[in-house]
Amino acid sequence: MREGRTVGSWLAANGKVTFGLSIVFFFIVVALVGPLLIRQSPTAFSADVLQPPSAAHWLGTTQTGQDVFAQVIVGTRVSLLLGFGAGLLATIVSVIVGLTAGYFGGLVDDVLSLLINVFLVIPAIPLAIIMAAYLPFRGPLPMAIIVTITGWAWGARVLRAQTLSMRKRDFVEAARASGESRLRIVFVEILPNEIAIVAAGLVGTVIYAILAQVGLEFLGLGDVTTISWGTIFYWAQNNEALLLGAWWWFLAPGCCVALLGAGLAFINFGIDELANPRLREERKLKQPAQAKKEAA
Amino acid sequence: MSTKITTSTTEEPILEAVHLKKDFPLRKVKLFGAAEAVHAVEDVTLVLRSGHATALVGESGSGKTTVARLLARLYAPTSGTIRYREEVIKARGERALQGYRRHVQIVFQDPFSSLNPMHTVRHHLSRPLRIYGHAHTASEEMQLITSLLERVNLTPAEQFIPKFPHQLSGGQRQRIAIARALAARPSVLLADEPVSMLDVSIRLDILNLLTRLKEEEQLALLYITHDLASARYFAEETLVMYAGQMVEGGPSEEVIQQAKHPYTQLLLSSAPDPDRFGSSGLQGNHKVAPWIPAKQVVSGNGSGDVPSLIKPPGGCRFHPRCPYAMPVCQQQFPPRRELGRGHWVHCFLYGGAHKTDAKPSTDVTDLQGQGGLEQSRSLNSRESIQ
Amino acid sequence: MMITEIRTGTLLEVKHISVDYGSSKGIVHAVNDVSFAIEQGQIFGLAGESGSGKSTLVYAIARLLQPPAVITQGQVLYYPTTRAGSESSQAGEAVDVLALNPAQLRAFRWRELSIVFQSAMNALNPVLAIGTQIIDVLRAHDPCMTRNEARSRALELLQLVGITPDRLHSYPHELSGGMRQRAIIAIALALNSKLIIMDEPTTALDVVVQRDILAQILRLRNDLGFSVIFITHDLSLLLEIADTIAIMYAGRIVEMGTREELLRAPRHPYTYGLLHSFPKLHGPSRSLRGIPGSPPDLRSIPSGCAFHPRCSFTLPACHTVVPALLPVASEKSKAPSLEALSSGHGPCVACHLYTTELNPGGPPERLESEYVN
Repeated sequence: MREGRTVGSWLAANGKVTFGLSIVFFFIVVALVGPLLIRQSPTAFSADVLQPPSAAHWLGTTQTGQDVFAQVIVGTRVSLLLGFGAGLLATIVSVIVGLTAGYFGGLVDDVLSLLINVFLVIPAIPLAIIMAAYLPFRGPLPMAIIVTITGWAWGARVLRAQTLSMRKRDFVEAARASGESRLRIVFVEILPNEIAIVAAGLVGTVIYAILAQVGLEFLGLGDVTTISWGTIFYWAQNNEALLLGAWWWFLAPGCCVALLGAGLAFINFGIDELANPRLREERKLKQPAQAKKEAA
Repeated sequence: MSTKITTSTTEEPILEAVHLKKDFPLRKVKLFGAAEAVHAVEDVTLVLRSGHATALVGESGSGKTTVARLLARLYAPTSGTIRYREEVIKARGERALQGYRRHVQIVFQDPFSSLNPMHTVRHHLSRPLRIYGHAHTASEEMQLITSLLERVNLTPAEQFIPKFPHQLSGGQRQRIAIARALAARPSVLLADEPVSMLDVSIRLDILNLLTRLKEEEQLALLYITHDLASARYFAEETLVMYAGQMVEGGPSEEVIQQAKHPYTQLLLSSAPDPDRFGSSGLQGNHKVAPWIPAKQVVSGNGSGDVPSLIKPPGGCRFHPRCPYAMPVCQQQFPPRRELGRGHWVHCFLYGGAHKTDAKPSTDVTDLQGQGGLEQSRSLNSRESIQ
Repeated sequence: MMITEIRTGTLLEVKHISVDYGSSKGIVHAVNDVSFAIEQGQIFGLAGESGSGKSTLVYAIARLLQPPAVITQGQVLYYPTTRAGSESSQAGEAVDVLALNPAQLRAFRWRELSIVFQSAMNALNPVLAIGTQIIDVLRAHDPCMTRNEARSRALELLQLVGITPDRLHSYPHELSGGMRQRAIIAIALALNSKLIIMDEPTTALDVVVQRDILAQILRLRNDLGFSVIFITHDLSLLLEIADTIAIMYAGRIVEMGTREELLRAPRHPYTYGLLHSFPKLHGPSRSLRGIPGSPPDLRSIPSGCAFHPRCSFTLPACHTVVPALLPVASEKSKAPSLEALSSGHGPCVACHLYTTELNPGGPPERLESEYVN
């Protein structure tokens, strides 16, 4: 529970979250305005083939003389869009399924739990690969669907468990006694208390979405004609960048993925602390004093 | 529907529970035999009248909280009927029960968990106003919220409206819970141990508030508690429950000063009563307080504890601990016996045994005598103090 | 059952203890300059509501406080008694509890001072049988004890608290609430500690079980002669069981005296209000009022006497000057009885009504009218 300070001021004071947020914010800015600011077109061929990073090409060039830096910048937009979009979609599905199963119980819960368990048991990446391989069309939408289908179950399970325990709380019974409809109880009374978990789930799912998407594209199962971090990997792999020693080709997108993932993970640490006051880092004040604890 | 009863009589029964029973099935799968269940409430009958407070006294495991939730229809009874103003409540679904719920509201024990930590006071009070159609516009809502807060002595109201539960003290939260219940304009208020989790010095304030509301609104109050003294202070009628069964009831003064059921007597002598410490309390004669010692139970939970409700003792559930138990006590539950002046008891000591009106092993007058002796001792010690 | 040995002599002296908690808004004074003393074999009751600081105080004495709580001043002196023989004496020097190093503290704990916590379910390990837990405690503090010795001592302890020997191998969840609390008491008695701290030991229990447990505690005290610090918010309970009672409010002791004194002649308006917040089972029914207002938030304790916003007898000084805990002349001065007050000063109260300089007229005749209709 917040202790009289706004979430904002608390977030600002927390180092981990600030760090994570700044990384993510940085990438968002790059995605939004990056493509407008680059000098070279990412698809333009040039004579500088497989050049290491230099003044002309900050991250070197590909086998066809394309500027890696430009590609990474343009790819950011696609990857982020897909990552956040698919993550959001998967979270929405998990919220609806998890809360419904947790609150209604009985047959509804049994059926939905079965569904959740089935999807949890099926290995995500192999399923994603198979779906991507067999879908007749490629592109961001099928990718988003695949990620959603394989990524919703975990969050749903967590939310179901949380909702089961919330249901027994007195304020939920009080809402029933006040005549609230069940839908309102689930989404207006219970859900706000689970926001921290949903947020953490969202961030986790976004990480998964980005990784899954990059992985699938690396395997060539995405739309290889668009430019995204994953497709950069694909082309780098296809053209044997590793063997040729063109480390800049795949290191750049790799670092981006890793950095974004780290940033999101740090945000999650912060959300954990927001939800669970016991994990909160206590600032040291001048006198031997830290966060307030309720006296006996 | 108006909540103010303008008739002169306050004896009108508003809510009646008849032979309520509640079993909570356990999820264990049993291949043979009946499914196990927690038999929380076994045959409870009570009547609530407007302008009248009834106390339901019992310890943990007595089923008193379950009774409150049954009356609020948060649980559906396994069997038995609930009648509101003579009409049997048959509804089962949430929607259908809304009509019932506007008349019967509940205040919970724990002020820290009965308010949603993510919502303001305003939200908590506006929801019932909107749902039950008492406010249709924002300004009406505000007006009604302000008046509700004033009725529960939370002034200035504007200060409290935007607050979150964690910004309020326990007593304030409980007042909000009461205001929320009042927002529906009920005729019946079920208070489930409303002050047990509050600081001692503010309990009386809340109880006095409830009494005032009872008088102003002619509410029918059900006051659930484990504390006989506060039942005496607050309610005109006291009912005693043990392990899901009702054992004694009647006017509060009568039940407490002339307790007839051995369990009620046990409760009375176990309650802390500083007035008697001088002569017969724990310290005085260095001996245990003179309550009727319960028999040691060899198996099961051990002495002095409420029995398991999954496999409760047969007949009268108090018989394993009762010093006056007779063979008939474990065969059947004693029928209700009227003792006059509205005082009734379920105990074979007062007759009602199957074959004959069997003479109890201890003379009934002995019990009364003992009760009287106990009383006069405590009176003596009090007088000597003053 | 009479007290077999009458022990006198101070067991524990607490001098000017203050405990602070840090917070982002500043320092919270949870306990403020608290002093008292406990005799051997005495039951010392500490009563107070939320925010009174009673648990913090006692955890400070037991050195169980965790940061951000800090003891900012004060001393806790423990006078160990000789173990062999029954002579009462203050043998050995006083032990400065706050200055013990970890090894000494470990030796001190449980041999001299043990604790019974509020909720037995929290204190008992759910995966170990209670017998095992008792044996563990015994062998941890006395490694020379053999398993058999420990086992028979465990059985002895269970018998002492009224648990049948067949329960040695029961797990906590197999026992009822009352039995679990008894098991905790058995563990606390394992090493014959002279001082047992009981933090609301019966709050979670039903009134019938509570009386049982309290009677047990008294019986054990009479037989074994240990002292008890009994913390509770239920003053009516203390009036039955405690020899001396201290009432705490907002981190300070506001009144202290024997239970007779407190019951007969409560001096502090808060004590008076508290006593009259308990409806009576017998006697005339009167309309009671409780105490207006509510216990203060420790982050914003009122200036001067912390109780003044709720008090009907305030003097101008009450808003600014903190009253000190001072002895008051006992009206019916008797020679101190065997259940005599700790420091031998007689009843004490922290209230300006009893300070002649500030209140020359003397305290009001009857505090009653404010609290009872």
